[in-house]
Amino acid sequence: MDQGLRELYQEVILDHSRHPRHFGALEDATHTGEGYNPLCGDRVKIYLALDAENRIRDIAFEGKGCAISQASASMMTDMLVGRTAKEAERLMGGFLHLVKGEDPNGLAEQDRERLEVMGGISEFPMRVKCATLAWHTMKSALEGGAAAKTE
Amino acid sequence: MTAQPKLKPIPGFDPLTARKDFEILVRRVYGKPLAYLDNAASAQKPRPVLDAMYDFASGEYANVHRGVHYLSAVATERYEAARETVRRFLNAAHADEIVFTKGGTEAINLVAHSYLAPRIQPGDEIVLSVMEHHSNIVPWHFLRERYGAVLRWIDVNDDGSLDAGAVDAAIGPKTKLVSIAHMSNVLGTITPLKEIVARAHAKGVPVLADGCQGAVHLAVDVRDLNVDFYVLTGHKLYGPTGIGALYGKRAPLKSMRPFNGGGEMIREVTRDLVTYADPPARFEAGTPPIIEAVGLAAAIDYLGTLDRAAIAAHESDLLAHATEQVKELNWVRVIGEAKDKGSILSFETDGIHAHDVATILDREGVAVRAGHHCAQPLMERFGAASTTRASFALYNTREEVDVFVAALRKARSILT
Repeated sequence: MDQGLRELYQEVILDHSRHPRHFGALEDATHTGEGYNPLCGDRVKIYLALDAENRIRDIAFEGKGCAISQASASMMTDMLVGRTAKEAERLMGGFLHLVKGEDPNGLAEQDRERLEVMGGISEFPMRVKCATLAWHTMKSALEGGAAAKTE
Repeated sequence: MTAQPKLKPIPGFDPLTARKDFEILVRRVYGKPLAYLDNAASAQKPRPVLDAMYDFASGEYANVHRGVHYLSAVATERYEAARETVRRFLNAAHADEIVFTKGGTEAINLVAHSYLAPRIQPGDEIVLSVMEHHSNIVPWHFLRERYGAVLRWIDVNDDGSLDAGAVDAAIGPKTKLVSIAHMSNVLGTITPLKEIVARAHAKGVPVLADGCQGAVHLAVDVRDLNVDFYVLTGHKLYGPTGIGALYGKRAPLKSMRPFNGGGEMIREVTRDLVTYADPPARFEAGTPPIIEAVGLAAAIDYLGTLDRAAIAAHESDLLAHATEQVKELNWVRVIGEAKDKGSILSFETDGIHAHDVATILDREGVAVRAGHHCAQPLMERFGAASTTRASFALYNTREEVDVFVAALRKARSILT
């Protein structure tokens, strides 16, 4: 197989896309956000339950999309449980660098290792938006703002 | 009833010979031979089109209409000759019924703004089919938002076909226009345009046909169709980007208010008032896409050297070959299987998103399109978030179809 494809569709990513974690609605969500990618019509909804210290107690997502967008959402939800809103945004910053092929400086080693599996997408510029949709939506949920869009 | 071609076509058609005219087709992507199957989005350009544009720009170019000098006269002649070529291609009665635009989108916006908007009272209706491209939807939404027009939708059948009778049901006493594709850019469906026009006219309603796909694959005779407006774009017709044409019958064109204001479209301008030129100049404000018009004419002339009926048969064969193989895959759902159908194959893949399919095909050298194809109401109609679309042109081959199908199988094996 083409090396780029092998990196893009790594087993970890395919596993997340086939068996997404935290998939579904969250009854006791304190924050929700909806994201939409008008280029492909993909939609994602993120549910966050924050505790009194602004820490993500629980998280879930719903949506339809490509393997990349589903895997990215699934991995994100896996990584965010137990983190504060601020930490979530810092993680997102590192992730955005990583998918563009840039150095995700400031990421803890452990986080970098987990996220690096998505790094292959930097070879596929047309697909970066697929990977970032869930993250942008998570951020807009935290901010309680308007629907996220990746265009 | 085809318009009389300028050059006598050679009977029969050999795609391998024609391929030599399209230099881009020999290039490789990611080390694989290119199989360009995204023709419904835009077609590649043959050498004679590029040569015509180069020769004109390097030997005869100047601005048109205004100049007294030699080159301006030559350029004007070439530009107006291009109009005549489009007239002949569509078998319009008069060259002044052909307005050059920058593409199909602008042509439809022109009709919406200049023809229909002044005629709309709140509650007046515009009839569209559910398979229209956004370019034949959004200009009418503008009239809904601004003037209270109501959009009425004609559904398609489950196989993607459209019954002319459905137009009757959609037309009411307040219908001001039927605007419908000649051929769907997603389903490939060819609409029964002549019958639609007859039925609409029987109720006094004019018809615009979006021929951006239709003009590429069908012999168009606007007088036989009796359609009021017909829209085409150059870049899908093996011509350049930045040029399209609106055919409009003389009477509605004459009744239309200007679109853009500027040079070229006026009769007289004073400090206090302005009077407008007759069509088509009235709708061609500013310096037009002159080189592109020459390129469009060259594309039409190029098609004129080929046997278009034989091309249509070749494209039908590619479509049948692709459809047959794709339908053998029990994880593929083909969307659009109308009996009357052009060479476009759209499908959903079970458990695999179209963008993942397109990415993997791309690495195999196969260019297809994935997404909603600027036809979201249609995607909704078929309950599809997105589809993969392979669309075939005169230069495609059965071998390319086979590469496409093999790549599709590979996508499945990688992703599931």
